[in-house]
Amino acid sequence: MLGHYLPVLIFLLIALVVGIVPLILGSKLGPNRPDSEKLSPYECGFEAFEDARVKFDVRYYLVAILFILFDLEIAFLFPWAVVFDSVGMTGFLAMMVFLAILVVGFIYEWKKGALEWE
Amino acid sequence: MHDLVNAAWWPPVWALIKIIIVLIPLLLGVAYLTLAERKVIGYIQIRLGPNRVGFRGMLQPIADALKLLFKEVLIPSTANRFLFLAAPVLAFVPAMLVWAAVPFGPGVAISNMNAGLLYVLAIAGLGVYGIIIAGWASNSKYAFLGAMRAAAQLVAYEIAMGFALVGVLMLAQTLNLSKIVEAQAGGGFWSWYWLPLFPFFLVYFISGVAETNRAPFDVAEGESEIVAGFHVEYSGMGFALFFLAEYANMIFISILTTVLFLGGWYPPFNVAPFTWVPGLIWLLLKTAFLLYVFLWIRATFPRYRYDQIMRLGWKVFIPITIAWIVVVGIALETPLRAILR
Repeated sequence: MLGHYLPVLIFLLIALVVGIVPLILGSKLGPNRPDSEKLSPYECGFEAFEDARVKFDVRYYLVAILFILFDLEIAFLFPWAVVFDSVGMTGFLAMMVFLAILVVGFIYEWKKGALEWE
Repeated sequence: MHDLVNAAWWPPVWALIKIIIVLIPLLLGVAYLTLAERKVIGYIQIRLGPNRVGFRGMLQPIADALKLLFKEVLIPSTANRFLFLAAPVLAFVPAMLVWAAVPFGPGVAISNMNAGLLYVLAIAGLGVYGIIIAGWASNSKYAFLGAMRAAAQLVAYEIAMGFALVGVLMLAQTLNLSKIVEAQAGGGFWSWYWLPLFPFFLVYFISGVAETNRAPFDVAEGESEIVAGFHVEYSGMGFALFFLAEYANMIFISILTTVLFLGGWYPPFNVAPFTWVPGLIWLLLKTAFLLYVFLWIRATFPRYRYDQIMRLGWKVFIPITIAWIVVVGIALETPLRAILR
């Protein structure tokens, strides 16, 4: 069983090497003549007005929370779908009830405007 | 031979050989996909595209790679140095790792694991970290805005993608990608899953375009408003790694769509001239076609507005996929099951 994941571990190490080596090579082979203008963050030719770590829209948090909800839903749906044949009618109806509850929640989010983005 | 296969050092070495056999063509494929993109879009816009380096521009990707290698690697003075350098690697590694589960023939994969589809979903989901860390670590407004947009967009479309995969699982009854293809064997192109799962096929592919931040969903790097989005501060190889990751993901989405919905290595017709062609060729032909569709979409459609993208993801794709899961479920509980299985 675990033998299937040994290639993944080796692949992870190789991918890290393939990712890191060009970065090192690039910094060795390329020129290195930094100056303060070159190293300032890009802002359309202006000097940066303020720090870029500004407050951002609360809607991004909302999207993140909704994502967690729906992703958990998918985590429940995956095993159910794989054993669809063996759980039979009972399993099917149970999942339909579960989905119905989630759809009610989804409609509530929709009506509350959580999905609006103007 | 028997001793050789049982030796302790053999499985890692065999894995290494398989990885190299996949990785080198993949990186070459990425290089030539960039050329194909410039050529295809060139011809669609009635111009030639790159044609100076090598015969008809055939060496252009090599020249680009060399140029990027010899460019200065800049780290902005206000950036978080460690995260700034880690982000391109974090974007690149998942884009490579997902290929471990991709089947190239019956049971032929770097790792023919049983939880293949779950693995793919999990690893592909990690790619968003590279983008958001790049945007935050750059400490530049454009990069930050691009990263926030990209993250919100990626998670929205990941849900639609996940729901679309549930439909495939209901029909195939396995998470093993090779067995999913084998479940589509039979008649020819009408026994592939694109037909019974047509809404999922469309949702999955369009979400794939959105997941890879490709036009018309490329607001995360929209050139005309936030310059290049999350990778605006990257130069040289750091930029090249993001580029490689994006194009490797494009090829990956295409090959996974082929595996899940277009019958993988099976020929479209089960008659003589089609069955002579090796399965790998069919797999690559279908993948190449979907890649062409990626480029075709980019050349054809204007960029979506951000609120339109979020509306499409949350208010169109998610309801469609939930409804079709119910439809497929009901169909499988009725005599229609005989047609679907």
